[in-house]
Amino acid sequence: MDNLQIATPEIFLLAATCAVLVVGLFTKPKSNAVYWLSQLTLVITLMMAVSQIGGETKTGFSGAYTVDALSASLKSWLLVVAVGIFLYSRDYVGARKIQRHEYFVLGLFAVSGMMIMVSATHMLTVYLGLELLALSQYAMVALHRDNGRAAEAAMKYFVLGALASGMLLYGMSMVYGATGSLDLNVIADILAGNGDAMTAERTIGARFGLTFLIVGIAFKLGAVPFHMWVPDVYEGAPTSVTMFISTAPKIAAFAMLIRLLVGGLETLSADWQQMLAIMAALSMVVGNLIAIAQTNIKRMLAYSTISHVGFLLMGLVGATSEGYSAAMFYAITYAFTTLAAFGVLLAVSREGHEADELKDLAGLGKRNALLATVMMIAMISLAGVPPAVGFYAKLSVLQAAVGAGFTWLAILAVIMSVIGAFYYLRIIKLMFFDDATDETEVKPAGDVSAALAVNGVAVLVLGIAPGFIMSACIAAFA
Amino acid sequence: MTFELFVFYLFAAIMIFAASRVISVRNPVHAAMYLVLTFFTCAGIWLLLEAEFLAMTLVLVYVGAVMVLFLFVVMMLDVNVEPMREGFVKYLPVGLLVGLIMLVEMVFLITQRYFKSEQFPIPERASAEGMSNTESLGRLLYSEYLFQFEIAAIILLVAIVAAIALTMRRRPETKYQKPSEQIAANKQDRLRVVQMPSEKRT
Repeated sequence: MDNLQIATPEIFLLAATCAVLVVGLFTKPKSNAVYWLSQLTLVITLMMAVSQIGGETKTGFSGAYTVDALSASLKSWLLVVAVGIFLYSRDYVGARKIQRHEYFVLGLFAVSGMMIMVSATHMLTVYLGLELLALSQYAMVALHRDNGRAAEAAMKYFVLGALASGMLLYGMSMVYGATGSLDLNVIADILAGNGDAMTAERTIGARFGLTFLIVGIAFKLGAVPFHMWVPDVYEGAPTSVTMFISTAPKIAAFAMLIRLLVGGLETLSADWQQMLAIMAALSMVVGNLIAIAQTNIKRMLAYSTISHVGFLLMGLVGATSEGYSAAMFYAITYAFTTLAAFGVLLAVSREGHEADELKDLAGLGKRNALLATVMMIAMISLAGVPPAVGFYAKLSVLQAAVGAGFTWLAILAVIMSVIGAFYYLRIIKLMFFDDATDETEVKPAGDVSAALAVNGVAVLVLGIAPGFIMSACIAAFA
Repeated sequence: MTFELFVFYLFAAIMIFAASRVISVRNPVHAAMYLVLTFFTCAGIWLLLEAEFLAMTLVLVYVGAVMVLFLFVVMMLDVNVEPMREGFVKYLPVGLLVGLIMLVEMVFLITQRYFKSEQFPIPERASAEGMSNTESLGRLLYSEYLFQFEIAAIILLVAIVAAIALTMRRRPETKYQKPSEQIAANKQDRLRVVQMPSEKRT
């Protein structure tokens, strides 16, 4: 019974998802019942996850599942982000030929996959949680069936995602071969030299596996040189799904990275530090430079994601607990900021019109001042300008990198974020100083406007008073 | 030579023969049949390893379900495989080269010290005395790996939902039968008696 008790959030979420699936069968395609039930499910799950914050670390299901400070707070944040995702995408999905029941049900399944990943301390659980998330996402990308580009994006995402899963599994099998266990805590013990003798040869085997694990994780995160799928999928997917892919799963992927590399293979940190440092440097350079040339805003945000993944990895290169908490803060706040940016894009889109080119945002300041302001806050946060939260997030990962002796990486990161500021500020210029090409009134629903306003204010307030999240991040690695 | 060894060699020989026939016969139906034979002999070899559960699943899932489906597809689609074979001789050198490189790499890895089989000793027998392989697998699956087992079930559910959501669509041009309306039809709805004056044949 102890096992079931610690996993109540997941158990409730999955059971409720199945119930929502059945309700979807009996409601009309136009009705919002499934949407409201999904939101209710998420909110109840959120309350359950929040109630686990501050509790002691508990492991259940023979080591497969762990509740600790890291998992409780990451789960809460990703559920909050998921509530935002569902709210912002409701009207967008409703106005298009996307099956809304399936959209929300698959979304709930994806959220449960992420929660499982966050709590996984067993390589099999990590993999299964990841697949649950990935399969739901492939389907969500393809859900806009009359759109050829969505189908193409889904195909690319599926093939490359399957390749990445293969890499990850191969790495896991090598680590299993070298250590004889799939349980990450046991692996950490064995690699540290407890238990039977870890010969040099077997350590090499584990390192070999580590390389493949990192390739797999980098694919999922979209770090250079494994980023090829990111722009195409972001551009081709329906904007609401792009928002889904670019926000909450980044938190889950961060958790996976921590569980595998820090939880399981920290003894080999000397090896993975170098790999992460190279990937971080490449991601920041490639992401920021190529984003400048983009005219499609979804593609631009895709390259922006790549560069932010570089920053996130920079927090980890030091292999210090300050760095881990800085990266965790980065992942959470990045998800919030991107959520606001995509939320505005979704609100500007309307039936028969996709706001995905830069010129679609021109003159938004006159068309709807609230949306333009929220977008501006999101952009200055992504660019890392104070007082938005992006500044503090960047500052803390830079501190961690410098503190760990990776000064060259920190200098490169600063140069790149100055270059990157150009394309974020260009959007602000377009919104407030250019004339609108499209004078149609932008009127999102009342609750969407309110949520966007709250989201924008949160991005600002967290930047001025980051202690609230930061203390949770520090507690997770204490 | 013990009997076990004899059976192993027999099965192995049949398997290699069948596997090479899969890619060399011209008729795709025959190729599928040879694939069935390959799976079947492979199951036999697994039985020799006392992995009877794997052997059973291989026969049930692959021979029983996957290959039957495969045969259906091959028979119904009338695939013409001749064009696919056209470049066989042209690509043969490249294929051989790739195969050779892979072989060298494998031998190199297996015989060198890091991945030598001595580094990775044979695991001890996991199943207790008097307990079959299937039984111990089942116990593990429903006790230690219960959580993972449940997630796998959810993944299958997602696959079903996704497959239906992506392929099922209402087509306006499709004609459906509505039995209730058919039964409820009466003479007045369907039949109209028209009075016409008779005309002469022209």
